[in-house]
Amino acid sequence: MIRHLRSAADLDAADATLILDTAGEMASLTGGREVKKLPALRGRTVVNLFYEDSTRTRISFEAAAKRLSADVINFSAKGSSVSKGESLKDTALTLQAMGADAVVIRHPASGAPHRLAEWVDGSVVNAGDGTHEHPTQALLDAYTMRSRMGRLDGLRVAIVGDVLHSRVARSNVLLLTTLGAQVTLVGPPTLIPLDVAAALSEKTQVSYDLDAVVPDSDVVMMLRVQSERMQDSYFPSAREYSRRYGLDVARLRKMPEHAIVMHPGPMNRGMEIAPEVADSPRSTIVEQVANGVSVRMAVLYLLLGGK
Amino acid sequence: MAQPRADAPSKIILEGSDLHRVVDRIAHQILEKTSGATGTVLLGIPTRGVPLAHRLAARIHAFEGVDVPVGSLDITLYRDDLRMRATRALGKTELPPGGIDGLRVILVDDVLFSGRSVRAALDALNDIGRPSSVQLAVLVDRGHRQLPIRADYVGKNIPTALAESVKVTLTEVDGSDEVRLIGGLS
Repeated sequence: MIRHLRSAADLDAADATLILDTAGEMASLTGGREVKKLPALRGRTVVNLFYEDSTRTRISFEAAAKRLSADVINFSAKGSSVSKGESLKDTALTLQAMGADAVVIRHPASGAPHRLAEWVDGSVVNAGDGTHEHPTQALLDAYTMRSRMGRLDGLRVAIVGDVLHSRVARSNVLLLTTLGAQVTLVGPPTLIPLDVAAALSEKTQVSYDLDAVVPDSDVVMMLRVQSERMQDSYFPSAREYSRRYGLDVARLRKMPEHAIVMHPGPMNRGMEIAPEVADSPRSTIVEQVANGVSVRMAVLYLLLGGK
Repeated sequence: MAQPRADAPSKIILEGSDLHRVVDRIAHQILEKTSGATGTVLLGIPTRGVPLAHRLAARIHAFEGVDVPVGSLDITLYRDDLRMRATRALGKTELPPGGIDGLRVILVDDVLFSGRSVRAALDALNDIGRPSSVQLAVLVDRGHRQLPIRADYVGKNIPTALAESVKVTLTEVDGSDEVRLIGGLS
């Protein structure tokens, strides 16, 4: 097993499958039992180092570490020495001196986890870096797809929206193609430059027409439209984006009977996804959050549990 | 501990038919000691304890028509040597629908050696519920205990040297039934 999880590309098919299988066991171990705690990481310290706001990812990592009996230290840049100008390196050396066995980092700069891994002895887990990657989100998405659809190999997955700025999309493309799924990126041309798509994976298709892709997809994954992008004129107006690339009830009806709708959250209801679609039984949005804890338990156990 | 090399000399201790007789005997002993296996659950410790638990339940059913619930209990996360080795993949934990609260749990494993697996299993049980009592059934007891643990049902006692190892193979997992003593033979 690898020592750090900085990118979904760190994982080959065997490692990724091991994580998903372990996550399944974690889910069954903590579901419906008296003591929802396992002793595997007793005495280990996990630091959550968050330079960016996050609700679900931070809480999910915290719950995962605590269920494995690790000690958790939460560090957010607000109210710390970072606001006094401390550099990432100095913060890293402080954590190192405190004996962190793993550092879970979210940072606005792409590549921050890679730098961090050079400075600390413990394992580094990327919890989202800039517009680069968010590998545990991709793992929980893959886990959700596999448990709903029964397989990943040959699965047709459409990833819709702001691919250019989405770390979720990037990690998903890398992981899903490793596991044999067929990924189609859908969105306005300004948000899916062809060189970006090609650099991610040569097996990935690109389409600018959501209506053409929807009937042939087993999974439709909607990406959040970040409000700051609307000012940058990547598309003419929110209304036009929503009409062309939003998942509404009409498009949901065109999806195959068995197909599911995913969204990494937080959603803009009425923008990229209609409220009726988000709340439909075919949406896995709440399931994804629950699966996140199991998947992160699996990652922490596999990175830290052994020698 | 030192494992014998793969090409070390080995000797068959139990063949397929012997192994079946031993399982039959343990099934009879369980029926005898638990007054007909009432209020009893068999929990196999992966990997080979699980098929053994299923075999015991099948034999108990054949002898007295009693259905004993069977489950599996993975102990990986409770092992005391977890961080001394490379990370291990997890086995399955599946409890019978009735759970284990207030019932007699019989843990089933293939080989009893240091007793550390059994200690881990007892810790795992503790987090799952509260059985009325816990017993231990093993196919082979090879001695060399490192903890104050003993088995209630033993298929075969095999005196061994520390340098030797005992290998149990079962049809469900390995394709054949056999118990072999490996290494250290004269």
